[in-house]
Amino acid sequence: MTKKAKRVIPGTTLFDGDMARKGYALNKMCFSFNSEENRQAFLADRDGYCAKYGLNEEQTKAVKDLNVLAMLAAGGNAYYIAKLGGIYKLDMQDVGAQQTGMTKEAFIAKLVEAGRA
Amino acid sequence: MAKIVGGVAVTHVPYIGRALAQNLQQEPYWKPFFDGFPPVHAWLEQAKPDVVVVIYNDHGLNFFLDKMPTFAVGAAPQYMNADEGWGIPTVPPFPGDLDLSWRMIDSLIEDEFDLTTCQEMLVDHAFTLPIELLFPNRIKQPVRTVPVVQNTVQFPLPSAKRCLAFGRAIRRAIENWDSDARVLIMGTGGLSHQLDGERAGFINKPFDLEFMEKLITDPDWVTQYSIADLVELTGTQGIELLNWLTCRGALGDHVEKVHANYHIPISNTAAGLLAMASK
Repeated sequence: MTKKAKRVIPGTTLFDGDMARKGYALNKMCFSFNSEENRQAFLADRDGYCAKYGLNEEQTKAVKDLNVLAMLAAGGNAYYIAKLGGIYKLDMQDVGAQQTGMTKEAFIAKLVEAGRA
Repeated sequence: MAKIVGGVAVTHVPYIGRALAQNLQQEPYWKPFFDGFPPVHAWLEQAKPDVVVVIYNDHGLNFFLDKMPTFAVGAAPQYMNADEGWGIPTVPPFPGDLDLSWRMIDSLIEDEFDLTTCQEMLVDHAFTLPIELLFPNRIKQPVRTVPVVQNTVQFPLPSAKRCLAFGRAIRRAIENWDSDARVLIMGTGGLSHQLDGERAGFINKPFDLEFMEKLITDPDWVTQYSIADLVELTGTQGIELLNWLTCRGALGDHVEKVHANYHIPISNTAAGLLAMASK
């Protein structure tokens, strides 16, 4: 069976089977951050924590750099990455600004502008 | 037989939890959002629901990606909230309604919706916050609940057509339930927003407004769009509008608009509220 061509939506990756397979270890680690004990264990030894969950080099680097686009490319899911962001008290405007290369102020202004459309 | 009094569809941004915990409802940022609720509270006082069926998507509290049901129904005596990892306060448990849960499970599976049943289930912000918003006195005057989870997280997702049909099957299940209960349906999430990727911050006000209008008059209109179309039109998380659609399906052919509110932005999200009375 030939694989169906994927729909291309600019600036958007659908979290499908390919991404879910690729990102499983990363997402599983982020799922563990529902527990305060695990959040503290991660902060105490980030390399060791990533290794324990079997993250590959690309994923470990993306996590340590807190690079959201790199985490997404490595199979991270937005909701799970947000749990990692929570450890660093990043809100969704911080995360949005980082991904779009905007300042937080400019990102917020863009959201407000969308309300005037 | 049980009666469906109507439905309320509403945004479930986690950030609302902090606003509720810190009583920020009258702050300039929050006021345009919270001002949408008093007319809905007034209607609910008349409609007097005993049970609420909440259709939502879990964000990695009860379901991790190790087991990802397309449709799941809770069948627990009560539902606990827990730490979701992003720092919103946890809230007290919600009573379940085992009779309605099993009535729905029996009827839905007979109707060929082969869903997952959950006798233990944690409920996340997408369940807890909309209930807190609609029932601010829920501790003193509890409503019973049945959680219904749809997968809007890991593709492939159920189609708009399937969700609408699922909602209609929920209606049949409730209408044939031998009970005097008055039932409210809720659908939570949306409207347009995208958290991830270079397109983060995407919002589509014209589509949202048309969607809210069509939900009242012609919900089948949504089924012309594929899931990918809907993601393109509303964002990777805007696709949560599927929960609104299922809710609408449960309200029957004709509904009357009670109240609507729409405000941009709450967090990165176009915040929608739509209360509908069954006719």
